[in-house]
Amino acid sequence: MAITVNLPSVLAAHAGGARTIEATGRTLGEAVADVATRYPGLAPRLRDKDGKPYPFVNFYLNDEDVRFRGGFAAPVRDGDEVTVIPAIAGG
Amino acid sequence: MTIGLRPPSMWRYHEWLPFDGDPVWSLDTGCTPLVEAPALARRFGVARVWVKNDTVSHPSLSFKDRVVAAAINAAAAFGLDTIGCASTGNLANAVAAHAARAGLKGGAWIFVPEDLEAGKVIGTSVYGARLVRVRGTYDDVNRLCAQVADRFGWGIVNVNLRSYYGEGSKTVAYEIAEQLGWRLPTAVVAPMAGGSLVTKLRKGFGEFLEAGLVHGDLPRLYGAQAAGCAPIVHLVERGAGPIEPEVPNTICRSLAIGNPADGTFAARAMRETGGWGVAVSDPDLVEGIRILAEDVGVFSETAGGVTTAGALALARAGRLRPDDEVVLCITGHGLKTLEAVQHAVPEAPVIAPRLRELLELEKRTWPSR
Repeated sequence: MAITVNLPSVLAAHAGGARTIEATGRTLGEAVADVATRYPGLAPRLRDKDGKPYPFVNFYLNDEDVRFRGGFAAPVRDGDEVTVIPAIAGG
Repeated sequence: MTIGLRPPSMWRYHEWLPFDGDPVWSLDTGCTPLVEAPALARRFGVARVWVKNDTVSHPSLSFKDRVVAAAINAAAAFGLDTIGCASTGNLANAVAAHAARAGLKGGAWIFVPEDLEAGKVIGTSVYGARLVRVRGTYDDVNRLCAQVADRFGWGIVNVNLRSYYGEGSKTVAYEIAEQLGWRLPTAVVAPMAGGSLVTKLRKGFGEFLEAGLVHGDLPRLYGAQAAGCAPIVHLVERGAGPIEPEVPNTICRSLAIGNPADGTFAARAMRETGGWGVAVSDPDLVEGIRILAEDVGVFSETAGGVTTAGALALARAGRLRPDDEVVLCITGHGLKTLEAVQHAVPEAPVIAPRLRELLELEKRTWPSR
């Protein structure tokens, strides 16, 4: 079992069209690194060249903004769901 | 045709809006009053104060009519027959009203936090919109809407039509400049939720400077938030770095965005124009609503209370100068958030329809605050 990563369609295009992919790792950062290794086209869109998150690409772990959980250091477990969403705003 | 002779709507500035042809919908939005407020000028210790009164924006009583007017014409240009939004309330009202008026075939899908004020909820449903209340904060609603835009292909005005939507905000700046007699104020105070308005004020004033329609310096831009949700103010105070999201805790629902994506740009606009950010408590924002009503005769929803109380706090902190000419952007009508003030205003006495009772009442001290 692994964690599930949901991609927006703009990123799914870089994962062979898959909106949902699987990943492994003990932290979100490791899971993102795993995805980046397997889908090189996604790598620069998920994190910067130092492996850090961009301010305008948000990650949600089971519906919670991971910035409230330590960002890429947030621990993940089998069965967790990660959703990647470009930052937007409204009012 | 010279701008001053054009019909009184935001489309009189169409050269600065992102459309090649003529707009087809919402042609009568914009051109709200700029009200001079000498009592506020005395209170703030500045030369002059005006209120840009978008509480009477047409048709839905908030400045969001401007952004939706822009977005719905973008939707028309793209052939989209369904629009929607994630909203803290004012945008919901506006999208529902403009979609109804345009008779959009697919209608409007509107997503709001579950526990919004009654005026915001009913003031959306009444237009026949598909209103969905989502358990969670605005930021949860916003995340869902990003996925909705991605999956359904609807025109979500503040997601996939956002670049058009945002341009509509510039018309506040254009109107202020024209209504002041083609000149700029020295300072502008505006509310901040996602942070877009502050950035678009700067862009709008900047474009009129560039066009030679006005001269001088950009106004100092000040952004106000409720203390219970002030991630942009905190970024201004820190000086640099990313926005640190917050979990909102304030009665000012219209500004309760904990993760404002335009926050870094808004913080930059404030610092680079010589302005600043200010956060006010919930009791102070309620007092701000009263001050605006009693000094200017304008009844604002909670965001206007934040803006007014924020301006007062800026004045007390010495950030406003005696020779300043200040404009407050008051962005939504008070009837939308009666809950915020219903316990802060005195209860009206009841009498029988007899003159004697009124004479007795008139002798007594009028109920004070």
